[in-house]
Amino acid sequence: MLRHIISMKDFSNDEIDIILKRAKDFEPIARGKKSSLLSGKILATLFYEPSTRTRLSFETAMKRLGGEVIDLGPVEKSSVAKGETLADTIRVIGNYADAIVLRHPREGSARMAAQFSNVPILNAGDGAGHHPTQTLLDLYTIMRESSLSNLRIALVGDLKYGRTVHSLAYALSMYHADMTLISPKQLQMPDVIKKDLKKQGASITETTNMEDVLGDIDVLYVTRIQKERFPDPAEYQKVAGIYRVTVELLEKAPDNLIIMHPLPRLDEIDPAVDRTKYARYFEQSFYGVPVRMALLAMAMEVV
Amino acid sequence: MKRNEAENKISDGSLKKEMRVRPIKHGTVIDHITAGQALNVLKILGISGTTTAVVSVAMNVPSGVLEKKDIVKIEDRELKETEVDRISLIAPDATINIIRDFEVIDKHRVELPLQLEGVMKCDNPNCISNTVEPVISKFTVNKKPVELRCIYCDHVISEGIAEHLI
Repeated sequence: MLRHIISMKDFSNDEIDIILKRAKDFEPIARGKKSSLLSGKILATLFYEPSTRTRLSFETAMKRLGGEVIDLGPVEKSSVAKGETLADTIRVIGNYADAIVLRHPREGSARMAAQFSNVPILNAGDGAGHHPTQTLLDLYTIMRESSLSNLRIALVGDLKYGRTVHSLAYALSMYHADMTLISPKQLQMPDVIKKDLKKQGASITETTNMEDVLGDIDVLYVTRIQKERFPDPAEYQKVAGIYRVTVELLEKAPDNLIIMHPLPRLDEIDPAVDRTKYARYFEQSFYGVPVRMALLAMAMEVV
Repeated sequence: MKRNEAENKISDGSLKKEMRVRPIKHGTVIDHITAGQALNVLKILGISGTTTAVVSVAMNVPSGVLEKKDIVKIEDRELKETEVDRISLIAPDATINIIRDFEVIDKHRVELPLQLEGVMKCDNPNCISNTVEPVISKFTVNKKPVELRCIYCDHVISEGIAEHLI
């Protein structure tokens, strides 16, 4: 059976542990050591929405493992602009490539693509839905820079619309993490997701204040409040810049605290924080490469 | 079974009830419909004001178990499985009585299936199942409380289910 990578809900704890362990094995290759593991294999990247980190880290992962990449290119210059359905595009590209990375603005698009594909689909974000490769690289960062056991983590920012935090919170609940959700009232995590997390046995605390929790956590996971998600610009202005991590704020932080961010950031983390021992967001973006290597190798069944 | 049970239930007690709905020779009696849902049941069965079928509808009938219930009787028609699936969504306690020659030849309670295909429309407008893509909507079903989760976008429908029926 094809191993598609669509949602964190498709993975067991054991499978996640295997992926994270493989990613660690791939780290030297991600840093430049030669490999021909995926030599002769072709990865197709289909990005119907803009992406920098996800697209480039998938390409880097494939190329460092000796494979080739073909790209759909801008959607407006492809057959998609002629009205081709995603189902047809997937069936066509599946005859050219050994795996497909897909980012699409519609929720559920990756799940549907998997139904039509004869090669593995790797979901690189489906609208406000899932983004499992981001979640796995987040887990990997926590594993490498802190610890996944007895983890105390705070998720800060837009917890309503941010797909990254939904997937991450779900995965963290599988590791029985102690989670604090920090957001303004209008950007709280949706009830349906909280209900799912509680069903998994998650421990969740909600607050609007970041300062109060800093002393009691191992990981501060900061997200951007996304302007493009707000129907009313005035509503955005009310919450823009509400949380800002600064060097002064971190005076109370424990030594072993790490700060993560899926990037791109706006002003939610002051650039001066980059030089502190707490910052890990650039390491986090690097870890996307070994994690995606592990996923590509798994999808193409070479390990 | 000697006599149409559903008929007896409706007609037991008073003459007034007897007059409300007459027994049928062939057809289906849908009993124990959640009060207020009878018209939605008719909608599911495609029965509108232009129908030529003989249809009886009783609403808010006193009932021991449900306190009040709706009943729909349709002459000369037996229901398809997909119709029963749809009814189970809006009236989970309904019973289907199949009548031939004034006798109940089969009686069963509707049962929510574990999965529903092509029955409901996902209410997330950004779901891939609401596009020109060649996909049929599909939901996994939680029975108590009734919650439908779209297998594509994970969106959960728990209220206003009748409005989302295809």
